[in-house]
Amino acid sequence: MKKTSADVLPAEGGLGDAPLLAVDNLHVEFHTRAGVVRAVNGVSYTVGPGETLAVLGESGSGKSVTAQAIMGILDMPPAVIPQGEIRFKGTDLLKLSEHDRTQVRGQRIAMIFQDALSALNPVFTVGWQISEMFRVHRGMSKSDAMKKAVELMDRVRIPAAKQRVHDYPHQFSGGMRQRIMIAMSIALDPEVLIADEPTTALDVTVQAQIMELLAELQRESQMGLILITHDLGVVADVADKIAVMYGGRIVENAPVYDIYRAPAHPYTKGLLDSIPRVDQKGHELYAIKGLPPNLLDLPTGCAFHPRCPFRQENCVTDAPPLYEISGTRGSACHYWREVLDGERR
Amino acid sequence: MASVGEPVLEVRDLVKHFPLNQGILFKKQIGAIKAVDGVSFDLHKGETLGIVGESGCGKSTLAKVLMALERPTSGSVKIGGRDIAKARGGELKTMRRNIQMVMQDPYTSLNPRMTVGDIIGEPYEIHTEVAPKGDRRKKVQELLDVVGLNPDHINRYPHQFSGGQRQRIGIARGLALQPEIIVCDEPVSALDVSIQAQVINLLERLQDEFGLAYIFIAHDLSVVRHISDRVGVMYLGKFVELGKDAEIYERPAHPYTQALLSAVPVPDPEGRERRERIILQGDPPSPANPPSGCRFRTRCWKAQEICAQEEPLLQIRPGTAHLSACHFAETHDVVHAG
Repeated sequence: MKKTSADVLPAEGGLGDAPLLAVDNLHVEFHTRAGVVRAVNGVSYTVGPGETLAVLGESGSGKSVTAQAIMGILDMPPAVIPQGEIRFKGTDLLKLSEHDRTQVRGQRIAMIFQDALSALNPVFTVGWQISEMFRVHRGMSKSDAMKKAVELMDRVRIPAAKQRVHDYPHQFSGGMRQRIMIAMSIALDPEVLIADEPTTALDVTVQAQIMELLAELQRESQMGLILITHDLGVVADVADKIAVMYGGRIVENAPVYDIYRAPAHPYTKGLLDSIPRVDQKGHELYAIKGLPPNLLDLPTGCAFHPRCPFRQENCVTDAPPLYEISGTRGSACHYWREVLDGERR
Repeated sequence: MASVGEPVLEVRDLVKHFPLNQGILFKKQIGAIKAVDGVSFDLHKGETLGIVGESGCGKSTLAKVLMALERPTSGSVKIGGRDIAKARGGELKTMRRNIQMVMQDPYTSLNPRMTVGDIIGEPYEIHTEVAPKGDRRKKVQELLDVVGLNPDHINRYPHQFSGGQRQRIGIARGLALQPEIIVCDEPVSALDVSIQAQVINLLERLQDEFGLAYIFIAHDLSVVRHISDRVGVMYLGKFVELGKDAEIYERPAHPYTQALLSAVPVPDPEGRERRERIILQGDPPSPANPPSGCRFRTRCWKAQEICAQEEPLLQIRPGTAHLSACHFAETHDVVHAG
């Protein structure tokens, strides 16, 4: 008998106290010719049903690699996961066999990628690509699966879905392509959806459409949503809680309101001060000096210390742990009290 | 900052249509992509004009026509009183000294086989009168210093620099000929947030230092607001609204501007449930076949019969102090509402 995802993992519901998805002290390294790239260095976060976690960070901060590790789509080698756990409803995904992992991927945890044009296959119709989910995972016939694809395209509000199901990706606009990606990802009613920069390549008006669609789908199905982004505006709009990543670590995590009111890490504070805002005409922007760290050769101590205005001597030598500020907040800065008390510009 | 006096750049009724042809041997024109379709504005010394709009609205084509990289179908682009669109040969070459460009992607707009010194010094090869051969190296090092790079890195190659540093190289190249006007086409959109601020601050400092006038094209409305003195909003090849930054952002009169602004996420979660959202349905129509009358009417919630029949002109409308192209223009602050 074919194993289904229900055999591998507990069925829906019955979570008890365990969060829906928990990443625990995850490390990911890439062994390259140039040396070991430490992309993720001890990341932990959780997401519950119906909750939106925003993972915020710049390029190279490890936010996408963490997501790929959750999905199990890292190329191993060169990637290595030397330690850490990724628990979905209490089961460590990293300990599952490849076969069992396939049962989780796409069915229980699904992902939307940034660039829909390159994520979709140009030589198959979008209908074929969406219905593939049902044919492969549910063993449906071609015609039944195609009907399901039309239903899904309706659900993500693609006009004239019945006709357009036979079109190819290049015949759709950027926003419509992203809707097709979303249709594929929600096809099998996943419990966790990871959206990796889902609107970065899109115009603001289309971005607003897509974010609204995601919020609506989430309300309907109580999915846990992990939103990976570098856009502080989008985060403020939709997130329940935030994890800020820098140099492969979480430097601050907090509920969304707390972090915008009073950031507790110098990097978060610098980011918030450095963005121009549409609702006010600012003065000169604060600029975080220097460059993001080289992951081949991370700075000693706190990875942010070469760029930090709060730096003291011990920052160069001692890497700060994620200090607990309150039950729901943490900051990886020795001087988080000073940062918290400091004035926002 | 917007100083009065003679504008450095005068654009009048600028039109750029790209023909759509059919047939291989006997090409027949069956239509045209109306990328830019009647754009007029002035730019003064030391001023920044921001141009915003969605992809496909013609803002990059506009930049190319201003630079005379594309010839306009009709209309004029006057720099210092002379029309660059009609200039040829030596005259065009001299005029180009006055208008330079900073490109969007610092990863592909620099030749990987040339050293930074060669890239920034290349304008001097073409315009030899600006810097005699012996002076060039020194000039390039001065430029590197001006944009905040180490002058000793003159012999390095682009791959040895980060994205933000590469954009500084692109800016130094734009400054080499001491132009009055710089056209920036999405200069920070490829950069990380923390690096964006560095480059924006640099552009502002250079403007103060050299009295530059910028055409700043971007899709990020927050960045445009920060840097611009005046803002033009483009939709399907036309300006729908043009005014001072506060007029556009606090008292927008055109429905499209209002929708665009309401869609910009504000980096502050306070009151996010109450914020007004105008979500436009669908995508912009094709510029090959724009709607009759007002081009925005197919997505507009205010559209009436007159909108399909009569094209609204870009003019000052009752109750507003700036130009807008809507029969039913009415100011409404969407950014601060709620």
